[in-house]
Amino acid sequence: MPFVIFVTMFLILPTMNIIIGAFQTADGSFTFQNIIDLQNGTIPSSYWISVKISVASAALGCAIGFAMAAAVVFGAVPGWIKSPLLTFSGVASNFAGVPLAFAFLATFGPVGLVTLFLRNNFGIVLQRDLGFSILSFWGLTVTYLFFQIPLMILIIAPALEGLKKEWREAAEVLGATATQYWRMVAFPILFPSLLGTFALLFANAFGAVATAIALTGSSLNIVPIQLYAQIRGDVLGNPHLGYAMAFGMIVVTAVANIIYIWLRIRAERWLK
Amino acid sequence: MSFLTLTSIQKSFGPVQVVKDFNMGIEKGEFVSFLGPSGCGKTTILRMIAGFETPSGGTIQIGGTSQENLKPNQRNIGMVFQAYALFPNMNVADNVAFGLKIAGKPKAEIDARVKEMLGLIKLDHLAERYPYQMSGGQQQRVALARALAPKPQVLLLDEPLSALDAKIRVSLREEIRMIQQQLGITTVFVTHDQEEALSISDRIVVMNAGRADQIGTPYEIYNRPSTRFVASFVGTLNLIEAKVVDPATNRITIGDQGITLREPLGAVRAGDTVSLALRPEAGSIAEGAKGDTALSGEVISSNFLGSVIRTRMKVGESVISFDMFNSPGLVPPAVGDVVTLRFTASDLLIIRE
Amino acid sequence: MSIWARIAGWAALIFGLLYFFVPLGGLFEFSLKARRGVYSLDAYASVFADPQFQQTFGYSVIMALVTIVIGILIVVPTAYWVRLKMPWARPYVEFLTLMPLVIPAIVIVFGYIRLYNTSSWLPLTGSVMGTNILLAFGYTILALPYMYRAVDTGLRTIDVATLTEAAQSLGAGWATILGRVILPNVIPAVLSGAFLTFAIVIGEFTLAALLDRPAFGPYLQRVGANKAYEPFALSVIAFAITWGCLALIQLVSRFSKTAPRKA
Repeated sequence: MPFVIFVTMFLILPTMNIIIGAFQTADGSFTFQNIIDLQNGTIPSSYWISVKISVASAALGCAIGFAMAAAVVFGAVPGWIKSPLLTFSGVASNFAGVPLAFAFLATFGPVGLVTLFLRNNFGIVLQRDLGFSILSFWGLTVTYLFFQIPLMILIIAPALEGLKKEWREAAEVLGATATQYWRMVAFPILFPSLLGTFALLFANAFGAVATAIALTGSSLNIVPIQLYAQIRGDVLGNPHLGYAMAFGMIVVTAVANIIYIWLRIRAERWLK
Repeated sequence: MSFLTLTSIQKSFGPVQVVKDFNMGIEKGEFVSFLGPSGCGKTTILRMIAGFETPSGGTIQIGGTSQENLKPNQRNIGMVFQAYALFPNMNVADNVAFGLKIAGKPKAEIDARVKEMLGLIKLDHLAERYPYQMSGGQQQRVALARALAPKPQVLLLDEPLSALDAKIRVSLREEIRMIQQQLGITTVFVTHDQEEALSISDRIVVMNAGRADQIGTPYEIYNRPSTRFVASFVGTLNLIEAKVVDPATNRITIGDQGITLREPLGAVRAGDTVSLALRPEAGSIAEGAKGDTALSGEVISSNFLGSVIRTRMKVGESVISFDMFNSPGLVPPAVGDVVTLRFTASDLLIIRE
Repeated sequence: MSIWARIAGWAALIFGLLYFFVPLGGLFEFSLKARRGVYSLDAYASVFADPQFQQTFGYSVIMALVTIVIGILIVVPTAYWVRLKMPWARPYVEFLTLMPLVIPAIVIVFGYIRLYNTSSWLPLTGSVMGTNILLAFGYTILALPYMYRAVDTGLRTIDVATLTEAAQSLGAGWATILGRVILPNVIPAVLSGAFLTFAIVIGEFTLAALLDRPAFGPYLQRVGANKAYEPFALSVIAFAITWGCLALIQLVSRFSKTAPRKA
């Protein structure tokens, strides 16, 4: 079957090659040294920053996306908004990449729209007064949110719609207040979906390369950027250390995705 | 004053008036069914009692207390929904315990009450199960236990059997009635299934287009329907068009057969048309019968329905169905036969709108 | 619904919408500022005049089209075959098609460079043509999750088995069945997958940059590092193309929903 051959050649084998390479020395014998060496130099700090950015953008994406989806699903805003918002989210969630980086540069960069607006009208200088730079940790987080929020809306809206009206009413006649309903019924039902989506958003941010490179060049030391530099010019001085880094990326995103899938199955079982 | 009193209840959704001036008193421990087609306002009344809808006019009192300013969570009402609505994240015991936990009862008391409730619905062995691991009938019994656990003043059942299989529907409705009588709890039951309403109620309210057409015991509703709607909605009924010959003697004709009614015709004139009702099970074939308790006609169809054979015959402009119990010796009438149906005088009802 | 819930709902929605539209507005506004003090299309003029823009953009369009063709050739027969003959394999195939979402693109391309370098058994990166092919294959992999899902959803709405048997009983061979019976029936699904693929490939950066091909994404990044206003104009163009593609998907899916379905 051509599909199997194709996927094997251009997905499985290349990935396996990297994973195996991570456990090999230069002459091909087996070693854990590369993985151990990940603790050296700037690598741990780059993983740490990557994880922090991914967690921050996933958490904020979850919170804001949840609020927006809830506003639409529970009818706080007119019903006709829902369909365009979901369509729009479907589009925007696919929008990582170089143009996105420029959009945020043009908005929050040193001479961006919002930066100038704040400076001219309120005398606030982003960089000086708020300590905000688009090239920093928060800058990247804010940029990632552009595709994280829509992804959250896309995934959580059906889960919110799955909350049956009768659950709320049943809780109410049994004496529960709105807060008790949310704490004892709605939130526990949503929890697997929420946590699962968080894991997915985390993986999504962790693997984003293009936005980061276009936005910060090499000024921010995150894993994808460091790996990119390593592939282009072997800055680590040991090709196998590069494989180990790539392996680390796979492990992180794979774990996040497995959590996502596992929790999703749990959530769907309940909502059957 | 009755335990649950509904006075001049009205409800409009925008321009649509779904409940029009509804009045009723329900006694303590009574089982009352609201019966009617979808959209007749029966569920809306139930939801107003629960507090999910606010009446546009009128008052609801439970045990002498006006419910007007009480939210659903302050009314101490038990409710069972059509789609079970068990909390999917809790097992059976936790579902049943929910209302007690909210009420802040001590743990020992909760455990004892949950145990008692599970015993009542005979599901002690499934306390640890989750809703998705149970059948619909089991889930609905748990929902009943959950509603009853906090000892509500009133139990509301919103078409609780509609989502279930036919067999379970029958057994569960008997179980519901038994538990209701055992606890003596005032119960309002909403259904569109006349058989359900007839079989388990103390009284039935037949709703039509936002009004109560008739309120009465199942026996009254079935045997003495007061309107054409009640007559046609509850059970199968033959509606026969008859022509008044002489209002003074209650003489009418159906086709070319004259009958003198026992019931007075009331204010009609000779030549007017009146509607008469006859239940299919009320008559039997009796060749040679004559007079005011017999009608003859030509058989146009005869269907075997298992326990009964339903035959349709044409009398004048009307078609009359009647049922015969199936027995091995019975020879069903053939199409084209002319047969005579005999009934008792009180079976032929005059339907007044 | 209490008044506070309404206010909170509106606040969340407005915040989110600002979040989406302010950067787009900022981008557009910035792209018009090439001439001091007034808005102008100078940046766009400069971009369109740049032969490199035409070259890289043309290259990416061609790559996108090639990717779509390869994607259709691989995905449609597979999805069809799995539905028809190997339903047990569906979870596995689905799992495989979702892998590109799990394995970061940068890792996949890293593997390519190692596996298909000049000294390997299949030296694809040794020649320009070979690298182009490798890039197209890589894009196909990246687009696989979207393409497969779209086609599989399309196949679900038609009765694959009956259609196949009907065609077979009329004497059609496999190629005819696929090309003239199945494909026309899933055209809307294939189209939406194709537009999404197009949108992804046009702006793609990682694979093209690391395989050193003159594509639009790396060009955009390079210009961004060297010029002031042009990259913003380019980004507006990239956005417009992407949103255009995705609007087309909406259009296609809406059209196919309202069109009467023939059994």
